[in-house]
Amino acid sequence: MNQPASPRELFLAFNALALQGFGGVLPVAQRELVEERGWLTREEFAELLSIGQVLPGPNVCNLALMLGDRFFGWRGAFSALAGILAAPLVIVLALALLYAQVATHPIAQGAIRGMGAISAGLIFAMALKLAPTLKNNPLPLPLCAAALLAAWTLVGALRVPLGWLVLGLGGALVLFAAWWLRRKRGPS
Amino acid sequence: MTAFTSADWGPLFLHFLAMSMLAIGGALATAPEMHRYLVEQRGWLDDTQFTASIALAQAAPGPNLIFVPVLGHAIAGFPGAATALVGMLIPSSTFALAASRWAGRRRQTLGVRAFVAGMAPVTIGLLFAAGTVIALPLAQSVPQSWLLVVGAAALSVKTKIAPVWLIAAGAVVGALGWV
Repeated sequence: MNQPASPRELFLAFNALALQGFGGVLPVAQRELVEERGWLTREEFAELLSIGQVLPGPNVCNLALMLGDRFFGWRGAFSALAGILAAPLVIVLALALLYAQVATHPIAQGAIRGMGAISAGLIFAMALKLAPTLKNNPLPLPLCAAALLAAWTLVGALRVPLGWLVLGLGGALVLFAAWWLRRKRGPS
Repeated sequence: MTAFTSADWGPLFLHFLAMSMLAIGGALATAPEMHRYLVEQRGWLDDTQFTASIALAQAAPGPNLIFVPVLGHAIAGFPGAATALVGMLIPSSTFALAASRWAGRRRQTLGVRAFVAGMAPVTIGLLFAAGTVIALPLAQSVPQSWLLVVGAAALSVKTKIAPVWLIAAGAVVGALGWV
């Protein structure tokens, strides 16, 4: 196993990986951190990722924070997070400024509508690729499907505030899952 | 549309602090709620600005989260971008650092497994909702936008094509006035 020499090396590594990641940094992160640099084993990467997914916040930022923290404490965490955000931030705000200059022009308005429709399609694709993972969910598949449709309808169409949905539907499902997993394991 | 005033900084910051804690399974899962609050309830942005922010962020490299500072920028310039980004990062980052060792050791415990199992379908449903919230206003003004939405989704699921090329194609189709 290798180790980064300094927080600066962490910053630069995450900077490089953020710039390669169009539409998601995670696949690049796995290749770079595990296969190229050897800072993590495949198992450690999967473990950090699964923790990052349980926690609130963007997955890949959580991953950067936890990896940086492991090597250099809070200085490492900050360096890794700054590394993953700095360059994309500059690029995206430059794009936003550029767009603001031309926002009233019909061609720019058309282009942004086209890009918006594609963005919606890419988000649907992300959801479609994740949906089959529910087959491995310990909860019964029909319940997972019903919960997915309920979350989609309540938030997407009926505009229920997210806090109520997460506390209500999410909370009920987590409680049910706790009961279900205990029952499946048998009384202990 | 409602003008953003100095009294609105607090509510703006609080909104992103709350979104940070609710972003279980990624920042995009909170996009429908940001649309509900920023566009429908507060009127600080219109549909076009909201869609443009997400589209610009998808056209740039980096984590999905960067649509958040772009939304902040559209509302209140660079201070708005900083407010949104810092709000979106502080709670979840603090939580991640505090909880990583704790949850790592207890990954197999019932509570953690129940949380992952119960939240997974909700998170995926929220991604479908995010796609819907962005696609609907476009499709209501120009119905053939659905062709782009469905085409992009199908290509992204079936092929390994990089999203940036699809976004570029969408920009060309839109600039030619077809959607």
